[in-house]
Amino acid sequence: MTREEVYGKLNEVFQDVFDDEDIEVNDGTTSADVDGWDSLEHINLIVAVERTFGIKFTMGETTGLKNVGEMVDKIIAHLG
Amino acid sequence: MQELKYPYDPDYILRKKKAIKRQLLEREGVNYITKKIAILGGSTTNDIKLILELFLLDYGIKPEFFESEYNKYYEDALFGNEELDEFKPDICFIHTTSRNILTYPDVNMSKAQVDALARDTYQRFEGCWTALFKRYSCTIIQNNFEMPYFRLLGNSDCSDIHGRLNFINRLNGMFASFAESNESFFINDINYISAEYGIKKWADPSDWYRYKYALSVSAIPDLAFNLARIIKAIYGRNKKAFALDMDNTLWGGIVGDDGPENIKIGHEDAESELYTEFQQYIKAHKDLGILLTVASKNDEENALAGLARPDSTLTKEDFLVIKANWDNKDRNIMQTAKELNIGADSFVFVDDNPAERALVLNQIPGISVPEVGEPESYIGILDRSGFFEVTNLSGDDLKRGEMYKANIERAKSSMSFDNYDDYLRSLEMHAEIKPFSPMYMSRIAELTNKSNQFNLTTRRCSQAEIESIAEDPKFITRYGKLEDKFGDNGVVAVTFGHEEDSPEGRIFHIDLWLMSCRVLKRGMECAMMDEIIAECKKRGISKIKGYYYPTAKNKMVKDFYKQQGFELLREDGRENTEWGLDLEKPCESGNIAITVN
Repeated sequence: MTREEVYGKLNEVFQDVFDDEDIEVNDGTTSADVDGWDSLEHINLIVAVERTFGIKFTMGETTGLKNVGEMVDKIIAHLG
Repeated sequence: MQELKYPYDPDYILRKKKAIKRQLLEREGVNYITKKIAILGGSTTNDIKLILELFLLDYGIKPEFFESEYNKYYEDALFGNEELDEFKPDICFIHTTSRNILTYPDVNMSKAQVDALARDTYQRFEGCWTALFKRYSCTIIQNNFEMPYFRLLGNSDCSDIHGRLNFINRLNGMFASFAESNESFFINDINYISAEYGIKKWADPSDWYRYKYALSVSAIPDLAFNLARIIKAIYGRNKKAFALDMDNTLWGGIVGDDGPENIKIGHEDAESELYTEFQQYIKAHKDLGILLTVASKNDEENALAGLARPDSTLTKEDFLVIKANWDNKDRNIMQTAKELNIGADSFVFVDDNPAERALVLNQIPGISVPEVGEPESYIGILDRSGFFEVTNLSGDDLKRGEMYKANIERAKSSMSFDNYDDYLRSLEMHAEIKPFSPMYMSRIAELTNKSNQFNLTTRRCSQAEIESIAEDPKFITRYGKLEDKFGDNGVVAVTFGHEEDSPEGRIFHIDLWLMSCRVLKRGMECAMMDEIIAECKKRGISKIKGYYYPTAKNKMVKDFYKQQGFELLREDGRENTEWGLDLEKPCESGNIAITVN
């Protein structure tokens, strides 16, 4: 899967989880940029991402993410 | 909403929960009841609350929530707090899990030490329940414990007193005993649902260490759905009846084409045995008070021939109504509902044919039409859907089928009288009308939550509320139980109200007045009114005030107080009416055929 394809799917996940059809994320997006992205909603986001891509993050991977770009790196690494 | 019906997609619900909530709230004409639910957690509960809300809204229950701070269930339950006191919960849900067991046995302990540890652990919980009952008179729902996801002692973990599994099973037994002797206390059986989900997947240690969720986030919809099943059952939102297709639902094959001798039922082969097990599952519902009916596209003669096979578990007598004809099934179900005097929305329609399911689902608002799949999944899907979740089994439940059968007999016999009064007298009715008594508290609470049509104020009460009203000397309470020559109808009428001393004298306000539709037009409401008037006079009350608050379903009692001889005192713009009866004037009894007490 290319980085663009990952972003295509990832945007849908963000739109569903935060119930906002206008959300577009990119490498630099952080939780401060998305309305409602708090620690509780982060859990749902991670679960939805895992299900969408059919992957399972390790515990360490999900706690230290700085921005969406890092998340996409991890997704691509899992998809291998 | 179909997305929330079992078998739902848990990941879809988690991901789309905000959109689902929006869609639920946009539905029109939903007759919600509002309930206050306090979630007292031993771990993170945020998503449990959010997903529970979806399932409850789908059941027509609008929840307001209080959520304790992280892992403060014990402190909140035992000592309360201002916010919770002000909130006044109807239900307290204690979400604790095996993670909340502070100390497990270790292999160095003696038997006496393990026994003491089990007792102490249990008492910590019982202390919470007792304190909550006392402070809030609420209903309590308590998780039991899920099995651990590792077994230090291997297989001995279940049999050795030092095993965690042994310890958990023991505690679960103690919880169950408490539930058995407390009618307002219910177990949310996570021990079962986690096993069904898969203990290994349920535990997910990474969700515990990252988020302090004591179960996998993906399992939250299962937990929330199980909980919602209990809550809707407490508030009388269970289904009441099955409408069953026959061909390829109750037996394999088409009886009209194949002939009754060739349909698959009995024990001759695998397919027949499968359908027999399903028939046994359906038949067992009769004892729970669930009404069985048939909606089948068949010639009646063929349908009955299928049921007449000697190896058929279900027989003609098991069904209250059999509609086997070529009309559309939605029409047949509506007709059956009318004959039984229950709402068409209280049916569960079971049919192997997706086209029939789609038709009935579209034509009858609120009816349940599970996607039952293949015959081998019928039981699993129906069972897991929780349509008939049992909370308190009352004697009435066990007899309900007979009562409806007697009603059908009554309807037949009424046709042979020219004069309705003569018919009523022929029923030889006898009523017991008395203040609320402990034996009937659960039935009374159930009626306040279930009755929609003959219900003047539609006030919903928990059993705990009913019990506290019964004890309050300011209140007059009466239940009415009606028997006739065809059988016992059980408790069918409930009323209570409170006294007020005013400058015009002592007034009695009727807070609640309801009657089950199974005894409409029998004069029971008049017999109830006589008893209320007599009690009011005894207490020196000079005036009774009655209130009617319209809902989508209670139009039939709009003029109830007028018919009882009350005068209209006030009406607001929304058809809420207030009525008065002057007890200093003579009043006439409307009861002609019921002997009382």
